Amino acid sequence: MMLLPVVLFTDWLVLLLVVVIALTVWYVRRKEHLRTPWRRVAHSKSGMVGLTVLLVFVVIGLLDSLHFRPQLPNPDPNAKAAYAVEVLSVLDVALDTLRARREKTYSAPLATHLYAKETIELGDGRQAREYPRLKHGGSHLADPEQDFTPDVIQRVLWGAAAGTLAWAVLTALLCALLARRRGADIDTAWSAIWRGETEVPWNAILVTAGVLLVGTAVIVSLGAGYFVFGTDKVGQDVLYQALKSIRTALVIGTLTTLVMLPFAIGFGIMAGYFGGWIDDAIQYVYTTLNSIPGVLLIAAMVLLVQLYIDTHPESYPTSMQRADLRLLFLCFILGVTTWTGLCRLLRGETLKLKELEYIQAALAFGVSHARIIMRHILPNVMHIVLISVVMEFSALVLAEAVLSYVGVGVDPSMNSFGTMINNARLEMAREPMVWWSLAAAFVFMFVLVLAANLFADAVRDAFDPRIRSRALTLERLRQLAAAAGSGRSAERAA
Amino acid sequence: MLAYVVRRVLYAIPILIGVNLFTFALFFLVNTPDDMARMHLGIKRVTPEAIAKWKEERGYDKPLLFNTGAPMLKEKLTQTIFFEKSLRMFAFDFGRADDGRDIGREIRARMVPSLALALPVFMVGLLIYITFALGFAFFRATYIDFWGVVACVAAMSISSMFYIIGGQYLVSKLWHLVPISGFSGGLDAVRFLLLPAAVGVIAGFGGATRLYRTFFLEEISKDYVRTARAKGLSETAVLFRHVLKNAMIPILTGVVAAIPLLFIGSLVSESFFGIPGLGSYVVDAINSQDFAIVRSMVFLGSVLYIVGLLLTDISYTAVDPRVRLE
Repeated sequence: MMLLPVVLFTDWLVLLLVVVIALTVWYVRRKEHLRTPWRRVAHSKSGMVGLTVLLVFVVIGLLDSLHFRPQLPNPDPNAKAAYAVEVLSVLDVALDTLRARREKTYSAPLATHLYAKETIELGDGRQAREYPRLKHGGSHLADPEQDFTPDVIQRVLWGAAAGTLAWAVLTALLCALLARRRGADIDTAWSAIWRGETEVPWNAILVTAGVLLVGTAVIVSLGAGYFVFGTDKVGQDVLYQALKSIRTALVIGTLTTLVMLPFAIGFGIMAGYFGGWIDDAIQYVYTTLNSIPGVLLIAAMVLLVQLYIDTHPESYPTSMQRADLRLLFLCFILGVTTWTGLCRLLRGETLKLKELEYIQAALAFGVSHARIIMRHILPNVMHIVLISVVMEFSALVLAEAVLSYVGVGVDPSMNSFGTMINNARLEMAREPMVWWSLAAAFVFMFVLVLAANLFADAVRDAFDPRIRSRALTLERLRQLAAAAGSGRSAERAA
Repeated sequence: MLAYVVRRVLYAIPILIGVNLFTFALFFLVNTPDDMARMHLGIKRVTPEAIAKWKEERGYDKPLLFNTGAPMLKEKLTQTIFFEKSLRMFAFDFGRADDGRDIGREIRARMVPSLALALPVFMVGLLIYITFALGFAFFRATYIDFWGVVACVAAMSISSMFYIIGGQYLVSKLWHLVPISGFSGGLDAVRFLLLPAAVGVIAGFGGATRLYRTFFLEEISKDYVRTARAKGLSETAVLFRHVLKNAMIPILTGVVAAIPLLFIGSLVSESFFGIPGLGSYVVDAINSQDFAIVRSMVFLGSVLYIVGLLLTDISYTAVDPRVRLE
């Protein structure tokens, strides 16, 4: 099948972000002093658990960022190729079965019958009000009453077995790799991992990977026959929506930072380095922006962007591109409101750095301001930038849901955790309650944000010189307690 | 002291002017009143007369900055959108909303429910967070502290909307203890405010407790604490008499900035619980695309923020005699 690749605005930025991260990794790997703090991150148990989970989300998000329009089937081979209006992503192809199955309306997770009663024609010509069978969920069962439980158990077991197998393969590969690198046999590598003797906490990573693999396999195995998270009002699979929402969350969490970084770094360093009227002007701008409560500023700007998009419908050919543009604007707007904090931090740090001898020496040698900023100041404030980027991520993911609820978030047609919650909350009053959309959105969001928080804490502990010794591990705390007992001051480090 | 306060107030004026100009540019230059009218009347099939009428009803038919049609210079300047819609806000004259109601009166009426919810959340929350943070600091280097912090990180990772929806489902729908949403005046309001207040306190628990714990730990690592221990003071005496007092400085100055913003209330919680405060006012305004209300609230919010900054600076000197007013 021929494809027409479509690159949305946010796709370009995601691509740019991937390139930037790849370049950074390549650069950091060659410099020992840059590798050291990252090694500390790699040695943090909670940080690596968070990173493992985050990687899964990132892979899903990246797959969902490769968009295209499939070619329409054309009986005449000589005709010009025509492409569908619908924009799909690689993730959509992978989840084709989830995407294509539609029920009429709500159905509970793993349900075999619809949520609402319908009038059904009985065989003898009479009619009855009953819960109709689902078209896809559990349609392979002859008698749902009897067959349901054994079928589900069988599927869970199959999934768990497949997941465990995949995990065993992964573990074996890792053991072999470690054994080869250390020049030991696989047995030693295996026991080193489980006794926690490796520097990178492979045991924690493997446990996380195991939970993820088994969970995924069970969901896949159940998902082949049922709707694991139920269906929503128009009968769409909630699991599919949740997976599609991941990209939105990641885009907001990362691109917002990407677009605000140049301003925050540029203005922050300039204000601190040059001082005088430049400092006054920059401080005035960020105090003014800061004094507007964030939500109100976002609301005001999103309302206006929406107005602009609504009054210029001709500029956006498909609804997808329109929704994408609104997402991009939302990132910019969130960027406008979040850059001030980082800018202030950078200004303060630059003020401090400026007075240090090495910068004075550079000035005395006649090094230009631009060069001093690039070579001497920027590298020494990058840890602040990095810490605030990773700390900001989870706050932004949570903010998206709130903003979408208030009505100033992403386009209502775009999949996001906020729109899922917003649509589902209206159904709270129904009896029995329609809880599964909410549950799916909250669970996915919780896992993503928790993983991001754990990773962010590890990064902060590794990079912030002030709290480097305060990393939260029980071992660390025990050491401190022991030190206190032996008469030294534990609290200096705590 | 007075001179300092006066100077800080004077310093706030250019910032307020900046906010005013910024909102003016945002609401009237980036998108013209014509756009607004078209949006309200429907994008398609709208006659120029309808737009003109819509603008005239709301006073948007005047020129933006300079009215050349007016007879006198004073009127040339005052009979403009900038003067009537933007500058008047300095006198807290917010004009009328799209439904014709006076925004200023509405704000004054809605402040009470907002405060009735935000103030208890603020006070009870502060008390609880400090208690737990001090407890974790007391039990530092034990499992209690470790799992406490783990619980805080987990609690931080949960969306605030989950607490609200979960609370409504559990307490109101399942146990029927309090109404799901709504509000009424007088003492009866307690019934309606109990759940939102509890949810507000719980939702803020993780982040605040963890932050305050680091404040306490930072204080514990200082020399005077070691001196106090060396004198033979008990750990409780050290914590409550010395550490608590000193750690209150960053905590209090941090929260003082938030006090004025309590008037604005919480957007999400107020609209979920149907409390007619300023937060739900904003949400309703956003949903009905009432730009006049959003503009007024932006201005009011920044005034309150600046008051908060001022209070922070003053409270610094009140709690920490080492800080001098300069």
